Amino acid sequence: MSDWGLDSVTVRIGGVIALDGVSLAVAPGEVAVVVGGDGAGKTTVARTLAGLVRVAAGTVRRPEGRRVGYQPAGSGVWPDLTVDENLSFIATAFRMGAADAPGRIDQLLGATGLATVRDRLGAQLSGGMRQKLGVAMALLAEPEMLILDEPTTGVDPVSRHELWRLVSQTVASGTAVVMTTTYLDEAERAGTILALDGGRTLAVGTPAEVRRSLRGAVYASDHPVEGAHQWRRGAAWRIWTDGEAPPGGTPVSPDLGDVLIAAAFDAHGAAAR
Amino acid sequence: MWAMVVKEFRQVRRDKRTLAMMILMPIVLLVVFGYAASFDVSSVEVALVGPGAESLRSQVPARLMVSEVDPSAGRDEAVDMLKRGRVVAVIVAEADSQTVLVDGSELFAARAVVQIVTTARQQTPGLSLEVLFNPGLDTSAVLVPGLGGLILLFVGTVITSLGVVRERQAGTLEQLAVMPLRPRDVFIGKVAPYFVVAFVDLIIVLLVGTLLFDVPFNGSVFTLALGSLLFLFVTLGVGVVISSVSENQGQAIQLALMTLLPQVLLSGLIFPLSSMGAGVRWIGYLLPLTYFNQVAKGVMVRGAPIDSLLVPLGLLALLGAVAFSLAVLRFRRFLAAGDGGQATAA
Repeated sequence: MSDWGLDSVTVRIGGVIALDGVSLAVAPGEVAVVVGGDGAGKTTVARTLAGLVRVAAGTVRRPEGRRVGYQPAGSGVWPDLTVDENLSFIATAFRMGAADAPGRIDQLLGATGLATVRDRLGAQLSGGMRQKLGVAMALLAEPEMLILDEPTTGVDPVSRHELWRLVSQTVASGTAVVMTTTYLDEAERAGTILALDGGRTLAVGTPAEVRRSLRGAVYASDHPVEGAHQWRRGAAWRIWTDGEAPPGGTPVSPDLGDVLIAAAFDAHGAAAR
Repeated sequence: MWAMVVKEFRQVRRDKRTLAMMILMPIVLLVVFGYAASFDVSSVEVALVGPGAESLRSQVPARLMVSEVDPSAGRDEAVDMLKRGRVVAVIVAEADSQTVLVDGSELFAARAVVQIVTTARQQTPGLSLEVLFNPGLDTSAVLVPGLGGLILLFVGTVITSLGVVRERQAGTLEQLAVMPLRPRDVFIGKVAPYFVVAFVDLIIVLLVGTLLFDVPFNGSVFTLALGSLLFLFVTLGVGVVISSVSENQGQAIQLALMTLLPQVLLSGLIFPLSSMGAGVRWIGYLLPLTYFNQVAKGVMVRGAPIDSLLVPLGLLALLGAVAFSLAVLRFRRFLAAGDGGQATAA
């Protein structure tokens, strides 16, 4: 089975480059996580893969339209329909047979823990419930590729765990999943990470490859160093440099968060150079 | 307080559509009212029938413009002419008497004819006057059919205009875009509930009009239903187009009202089209309510047969096709999700 994804894709939105030669591959049965700060281009990646954005250059590889499941950033739930009605609408639009749809809806309501609120309006669901319903809607027609745009943002830890369990089950069934998130602990679970900054690729690969891709070194320090590229980690400081060790700095093995912050410093430095 | 004033000015400056409306609307209204707001009918088209038609031609008062003369026709043909809306009045000239038959559905023109004929009767013994279809020249008989149209317009355009905006604000428009729905499926799905509600509204208005205000219903229910169907098609299409070009519900309502107001003023519902200045009258001929008004008034008050209403029905169908195409095109832009496989930049 072929990979889905982006090959050197450039997207312009209103004359501004939103994605600049970005590539990402996700195989069936694999999770690719897109991370980055605000305005990095995460949503544009999701929308491009969903076919909602015209690309200026490059190639988008995705399954035929009805084989894509997509959850937009705002959950995609119709607020004035009940949980059941939201799912039934999707089932009808995807022409799921009357024999299959009710069973599949029951299965997803059970998996998301929404079976007890199936008559509740979308607007009356909690944030976590709404996101889970959004994921269930995207999953209903058993897509080959599932695209989730920040499904866990603003969701409590228990609901996040349940959402990830759902994603894991989906991946186990052979679906390719692309998910955007601002939580780096979620990125650690991915087969592939795409880290973006201002529409450009900071790093791409497995979590181990992304960690290895870091130039220079990260140091821990109990005080800030003037002029250094540094950030807070609890009560201490992390300092990244591709030159000499900072005074009083102790070399540390950087985690994914450190690597991505350092990579952003590196990229901005390269742009300035 | 100063901070609040500055903030409001900044917000107003950025809402260019509202700003333009606040500045342009009074000017437009002033001009339109100046040219359109007139109940005065300067001249009325009449037909002359009967054996004495030719000899009577030179004696017709100047304000009655003779457009047809048919000495071989009689009273039945005269009534038919009025039913079909070919003229506002017909003078049936018999050998020893003359009868002026007036179409009461054209309220202001009919009143003008009544006034002219009443004056003329003092010098012409044997001249009689008969107002048909709306003998009492009641305003309600003429307004209720048009008001039905206005309600269809309100539900069709104003309420529908909120439909797509609501999807966009709820973030569900993208959900629709990735679903296997064709633009026309979305359009028809969107307008179907409003269509039913508007039709029920129309039935209620017409029932109340006929039962409570004694508005006559002399024509075919089928013809009125056909006209209403075509008119609704136009108004719903316009509503969807407005919805698709609006960023929020406030903008949608604003735009919808901007399409509503000219229709109220320039469709002939309040001011007769024939009384309007040529500069604004042509706008009236672009508005769907003008044609619905002609159909509704024709069917209900005059009992006009369908073949005499083919022009307004045809124009409603044309306007409907334009509105529907625009709405579907707008949806196509929104629902531009590719159909899968490889999407490569051109």
